[in-house]
Amino acid sequence: MTKKSKNICSVIAALVLVVLLICSYEFTSSSSMLRSVLQLGAIYALAAASMNLLNGVTGLFSLGQAGFMAVGAYTFAIFTIPVEKKAGVYYLYGVADGLSDIALPAFFGLLIAGLMAALLAAIIGAPVLRLKSDYFAIATLGFAEIVRILVASSPFNRITNGSLGLKAIPSFSNLFGVIPAYFVPFIVVAVCISLMVLLIKSSYGRAFKAIREDEIAAEAMGINLAKHKRMSFIISSFFAGISGALLAQFLGAVQSTTFPLSMTYNILLIVVIGGMGSITGSILSAFLVTAAKEWWLRFLDVEQFIGDFQVPFLRTGFRMVVFSVILMVVVLFWRRGIMGNKEFSWDSVYHFFTKKKKKAALLAEDAEGGAVNE
Amino acid sequence: MDFTTFLSYCLAGISIGGIYALIAIGYTMVYGILRLINFAHGDIFMMAAYFMIFAMVDFMIPWYLSIAVVVLSTVVLGVVIEKVAYKPLRSAPRMSIMISAIGVSYFLQNVATYLFSALPKSYPSIPLLNKKIVLGDVSTSLVTFITPIITVLAVILLMMLIKHTKVGMAMRAVSKDFETAQLMGIKINNIISVTFIIGCSLAAVGSILYFTPRPSVFPLAGSLPGLKCFIAAVFGGIGSIPGAVVGGFIIGLSETFIKAAGYSEFSDVFTFVLLVAVLMFRPTGLFGEKIAEKV
Repeated sequence: MTKKSKNICSVIAALVLVVLLICSYEFTSSSSMLRSVLQLGAIYALAAASMNLLNGVTGLFSLGQAGFMAVGAYTFAIFTIPVEKKAGVYYLYGVADGLSDIALPAFFGLLIAGLMAALLAAIIGAPVLRLKSDYFAIATLGFAEIVRILVASSPFNRITNGSLGLKAIPSFSNLFGVIPAYFVPFIVVAVCISLMVLLIKSSYGRAFKAIREDEIAAEAMGINLAKHKRMSFIISSFFAGISGALLAQFLGAVQSTTFPLSMTYNILLIVVIGGMGSITGSILSAFLVTAAKEWWLRFLDVEQFIGDFQVPFLRTGFRMVVFSVILMVVVLFWRRGIMGNKEFSWDSVYHFFTKKKKKAALLAEDAEGGAVNE
Repeated sequence: MDFTTFLSYCLAGISIGGIYALIAIGYTMVYGILRLINFAHGDIFMMAAYFMIFAMVDFMIPWYLSIAVVVLSTVVLGVVIEKVAYKPLRSAPRMSIMISAIGVSYFLQNVATYLFSALPKSYPSIPLLNKKIVLGDVSTSLVTFITPIITVLAVILLMMLIKHTKVGMAMRAVSKDFETAQLMGIKINNIISVTFIIGCSLAAVGSILYFTPRPSVFPLAGSLPGLKCFIAAVFGGIGSIPGAVVGGFIIGLSETFIKAAGYSEFSDVFTFVLLVAVLMFRPTGLFGEKIAEKV
């Protein structure tokens, strides 16, 4: 395939996606499941892509995703809750002095949320990144738990509102007065993921991949390990913070229990199903997993009857059991995930179809040849 | 703080430390042999508590038999997990096995939520273990008092097993070098099963001792103690059994004293900070062996 035809294909595909997205807005009611699943899917796509940047592309197995998302979500909430609603939110402990009349627009809120998460990553990165694989995983997991405990602890009552959590977080709002609020998370996510893809395609991205394949060889090639690991960690946390902030906007309220360890596991599930190291895989599986979990598999949690026959096993909680079984099956038997560590490309699509055609042609020839011989 | 309160806190700290030590041994042994953080170990510990509820409340088995049933079923659970989730991944990258362990942990939590509901269930009380005893000025329940004794006994037995028996020798060999041990005719899979049997039976005993003085069990009850015990294992030097025991006692004691000083919100934060500090200054822990990286 030539470069030109590839570009045309990409433009067409992007247009089709945009048109589908607009359709999902035009032909559904504002409370429809499709809308919220798509929005949540986009937010999880960003979270999964940022986790993938660290785990899949750089090969640093981090379990701190939920912690960074919590930092982002809380930062966003603290800086954007409207001034007139602050008294109501902090009714028990009162609001900290400096914060009482700060209410930033959502865009700056998102930026600060990402920067805050990145700052924290920079601080803890120095000691933590020196650790080897499993220890790094445990240390980041520990960090996520520390964040969760601290935001709910009493010394921060006047900032994070303790265990009550923060409410009245402004939802998505119209962009420039023209673009409806519904599209905002998609735009933010698309911009963030494009930035990440550009980074992965740059020389930094190639250095990250070299570190993943073999640290010692990468070092021998002149890649500064400490610098690149730190960079990957900070950038991944930045986007994790933004995804956390988007989630806070989507939910409208955050608590320390919004970001449990199982949220990290959920995002890990998305990354593994999509394929470690493939951003497109993460995006695909984020939408698939979110739709399946929040929508298609809901029936597993409700008792069902076919005539008089009660379908066995269906009861609250069965959905999550099915989910964890899926994770296990993927890990054990389908370790590549949807995309392996490859990105989506038109060449692979082209090959996928032409190979089948060629095979069919060969088979047909064989059959003809056989007929002639007889 | 007068001397009597100090003593009673010491006793409580040593007791919880003993339980942490029992669970930490499971982590450290599995890590020593498979180089795998068994994320599911804390959840196996939680499942053992539910097995106890099953045995004593649902089947009305007397407590001394229930203990045997619990240990047995926990061991079966652990060995099945190893065979199903870890064995197929022996030659896979380490990240895959770790994800598999996380998957098992996630699975056990969700299964427990599904089977037993997310609401806390009350843990059956064993009258003998809950008996109040008085030592000098300090009054405590029997279970607090015997936990450290059981821990020390178990560790001595385990050390003897590892130092003086053929299985123990094989375990040491496998943890030193997986492939060479295999070449020497050691049946790796059996040794790994034995490791899981020991680890899970200690976790079951630990679970009984842990939940007896506590009112209830819930599906996530194992995840935080599990993490702390893993930290205890890292603190003592992962792969080393005495290290795990010392780490368990240190974490148990420091946690109790932080709670006693009125900072109970931060006791878990302290544990994690301790972990990061240890990893920074002495990554191999107190008793761990330094492993040179091969190119």
